[in-house]
Amino acid sequence: MLLHLRRSFTMALICLVIFGFAYAVAGTGVAQVLFKFQANGSITAHGSTLIGQNWSSPRFFHGRPDDFGPYAANSATHTSGGDNPLVANGVNGGSGATNLGPRSKVLLANTRALVAYWHSMGVSPTPDLVTTSGSGYDPDISPQDALAQIPMVAKARGLSTTVLSKLITEQTHGAQFGFLGASFVNVLQLNEALAKLG
Amino acid sequence: MAFFLTLLALVVSLGLTWRYLGSYMAAVFDGRVHFLGFVERPIYRLLGTSPEQEQTWKRYGAAVIVFSGVSLLFTYAILRLQGWLPLNPQHLGNVGSALSFNTAASFVTNTNWQNYGGETTMSYFSQIGALMVQQFVTPAVGIVVAVVLVRGFARRSSSTVGNFWVDLTRCLFYVLLPIAFAFGIVFVGEGAVMTLAGTATVHDVLNQVTQTIARGPIGFMESIKQLGTNGGGFLNANSATPFENPTGLTNFLSIYLLLSIPFALTYTFGKMVGSVRHGVALLSVMALLFGVWVGFTSFAEHQNNPAVAAAGVHSTVGNTEGKEVRFGDTSSALFAVSSTMTSTGSADAAYDSFTPIGGMGLMTGMMLGEVTPGGTGSGLYTLLIYALIAVFIGGLMIGRTPEYLGKKIQSREVKLAGLAALVMPVVVLIVTAIAVSVAAGRAGPLNAGPHGFSEILYGLTSQGNNNGSAFGGLTGNTPFYNIIGAVDMLLGRFAIMVPVLALGGALAAKNVVPESLGTFRTDNAMFVGLTIGVILIIGGLTFFPAVSLGPIVEQLSHGRFF
Repeated sequence: MLLHLRRSFTMALICLVIFGFAYAVAGTGVAQVLFKFQANGSITAHGSTLIGQNWSSPRFFHGRPDDFGPYAANSATHTSGGDNPLVANGVNGGSGATNLGPRSKVLLANTRALVAYWHSMGVSPTPDLVTTSGSGYDPDISPQDALAQIPMVAKARGLSTTVLSKLITEQTHGAQFGFLGASFVNVLQLNEALAKLG
Repeated sequence: MAFFLTLLALVVSLGLTWRYLGSYMAAVFDGRVHFLGFVERPIYRLLGTSPEQEQTWKRYGAAVIVFSGVSLLFTYAILRLQGWLPLNPQHLGNVGSALSFNTAASFVTNTNWQNYGGETTMSYFSQIGALMVQQFVTPAVGIVVAVVLVRGFARRSSSTVGNFWVDLTRCLFYVLLPIAFAFGIVFVGEGAVMTLAGTATVHDVLNQVTQTIARGPIGFMESIKQLGTNGGGFLNANSATPFENPTGLTNFLSIYLLLSIPFALTYTFGKMVGSVRHGVALLSVMALLFGVWVGFTSFAEHQNNPAVAAAGVHSTVGNTEGKEVRFGDTSSALFAVSSTMTSTGSADAAYDSFTPIGGMGLMTGMMLGEVTPGGTGSGLYTLLIYALIAVFIGGLMIGRTPEYLGKKIQSREVKLAGLAALVMPVVVLIVTAIAVSVAAGRAGPLNAGPHGFSEILYGLTSQGNNNGSAFGGLTGNTPFYNIIGAVDMLLGRFAIMVPVLALGGALAAKNVVPESLGTFRTDNAMFVGLTIGVILIIGGLTFFPAVSLGPIVEQLSHGRFF
C-alpha cells in the first residue's frame, strides 16, 4: 500500500510536469512560431473573425441573434451572454447556448419576437436568423441568411440589390474541401467589405 | 450529398486507423515499441519498477485505485488553491469545495462533466495542471484496464496480468502524446487559440462594440480532449466555440479523433488474442449500432425545430437552435452521436435544444453502456462484458459450458460479468429517482414539462456512464448535484473497473480448451447479432420506462409547448 502510494505520488508529479506544463508550453511555443495570428485569436482591425459581434444598425448585415441587441423577448437568455466572450459593452457573459428545449414556451415566445423584429426591418427571416447558436457568438451566417437581409441593408444604404448579392457571393466560403461542414459568410468580413462600398 | 462524403471520409480514415493504430497499440502493450526508451527508463527508475516486474490482478487493481485516488487529490487541491497559484491572468478565485470535488471526480473518471463555465471559473494553471493532465492520464488508465482483460484471454495459466506503471507509461508516451501533439498543431493552424496571455480587448469602430475575449492554451487541449474521449472543454460552450473548433475540418477531425482509439482497440484485441476475426466481430457490433444511431439522430436533426415551425419559419437546413452555421445540422448530429456513444461528451451544439428524437438518440446512445464504440479502453472492456454474457446465453441455448477464445466461462466469470453490466443501470436509475424525489433535484432543470425530466435523466445518465455531455439547461452547480453527480461518476467508473480487472485475472489463470465441432462460434455474424441483442435488451429493459417519460412523451405531445 505504501509502495503504491509512493509510486502514485511520483507518477502524478511526473504527469503534472510532462502532460501539463511541458506539453502546454511546448504547444504554445510551436503555435506562436507557426501560427501566431490564429494562436492569438485571429484578431483583425475590427475584432476577431471568430467571435460574433452585435450588429444592430440596419446599415450592416446582422449575425445570429445571440446578443442583447434589439430582441426584447430574449431577456430570458441574457445569462448566456450572447455575443459576449467575457465582457461585451460592459456586460459580463461567457460562451453558451440558450439550452431551451424544442417544445419550450420560452423558445416559442423568443422565436415569435425575433420573427416580428425581422419583419419590422423588412426581412423575411431564415431559421438561423431566429435561433441562437451553440457558442452564443457564432461569427457566421449562411449565404441564405445574408441574402434574406438584402432588403434591410439596401434600403438603409441606398445600394442596389445586385451589388449586395454580388458582395455576398464574393464573401461566401464554401464547405471546406467541398464537403466538410456548411457554406457560410463571416459577418465581420462581410460588413468590412460592405463599409468599403460606402 | 456533402454529408455522405463526410461519412465516407470518416469510414475510410477510421478504417485505416483501425488497422494501423490497432496493430501499433498491440505492439506497444506487448513491449515491442522502444523509440522513447530514454524517457521510459528514468520513469521506471523513479517509480522503482521495471517491465520485468509483473503484477497479479489484485496488485494491478490496487495500483489503479490508489493512483486514481492520488490523482483525485491532486486535482481537488489545485482547484481549491488556484487563487494563490500562478498562471491566473484573470485573477479567478479558489473553486468552492463541492464544485472542486465534483470536477475532480469528473476528470479522474474520464467523464469531464462540467458544472462550471471554464472561462469564468478556471485559471490556466487549473486548466493545464488539474484538468488537461487528467485528460492524458484517464484514457491511459482506461486503456490499460482493457489491456488486462485482453491479456486474460491471450495468456494461459498465468498468475500475472502485466505491470500497471509500465503499461500506463507506454500508453501515455507512445500512443496519446504524439497523436495529441500532432493534431494540436492542426487545430491551431485552423484557428484554435493557443496562448498563455490573458484576455484580449477589441473595439470595433464600425458598430461601436467593445469586447473582452477569453483566450488561453486551448488548441493543444482540444486534441487530447477528443483523442482521450474526455470531452471537457476549456470554454463553457465547448466545441461549439470557434476558438475550440474553428472550421469544418476541425469538426471532422474532432469526430475522427474521438472515435479512433475506441474502434482501433478492437484490432488491438484481435491481434493480442491471436484472432483478428474476433476483433472484427466486436468492431461489427460497435459499428452497426453506431451507424443506426447516426442515421436516425441526423434524420431527426434535419427536421425543423417545433418552436421555429410554430413561429411560422420554414426550414430546409434542419433544427438550427443551438447549432453553429459553419457545421450545419447533420454534421452537428454526427458529432453529437460520436461524442455520446464514445463517452467523450464534447459538444459542437447545444444538445438540450435537439429535437425530441435527436436528444433521445444521444441519451440512449449512452444508456447502451458506452460500448458503441465507448470510451478509450472502457468501451472495449464493457463490450467484452456484454460479449461474455452473450456467450453465456448462447451456451445455455446449446447446453454446453460456454467458451470464449478457448477460455471456459464459468460461474465466477459470469457473476463478475453480470455485476459489471448491472452497476451502471442500477446506479443511474437510483440517483435519477433520488433527484426527482427531492426538491433540490427538481430545482435543477431549466425547461418545464417532460424536457425538464429529460435534463435530469440525461445529466445523471451522462455522469454514470462517464460521458460528460449535458442537456445544458440543468443547473448542476449546487451542493446536491455536485455530490450526487460525483458519486454517480465514481461508481460508474471504478465499480465496473474492479470486476473487469478481477475477470482479467481469473481468465489469465485459466488454460485453453481445444476447440471442437460443438464449440459455439464467437467470430461470426450469429454471434454479432446475439451480442447486439444482449446490449439492446439490457439497455432497453432497464431504461425504456425512463426514456418514455422524457423524450418519447415530448415527441408524442404534438402541438403542445411546456
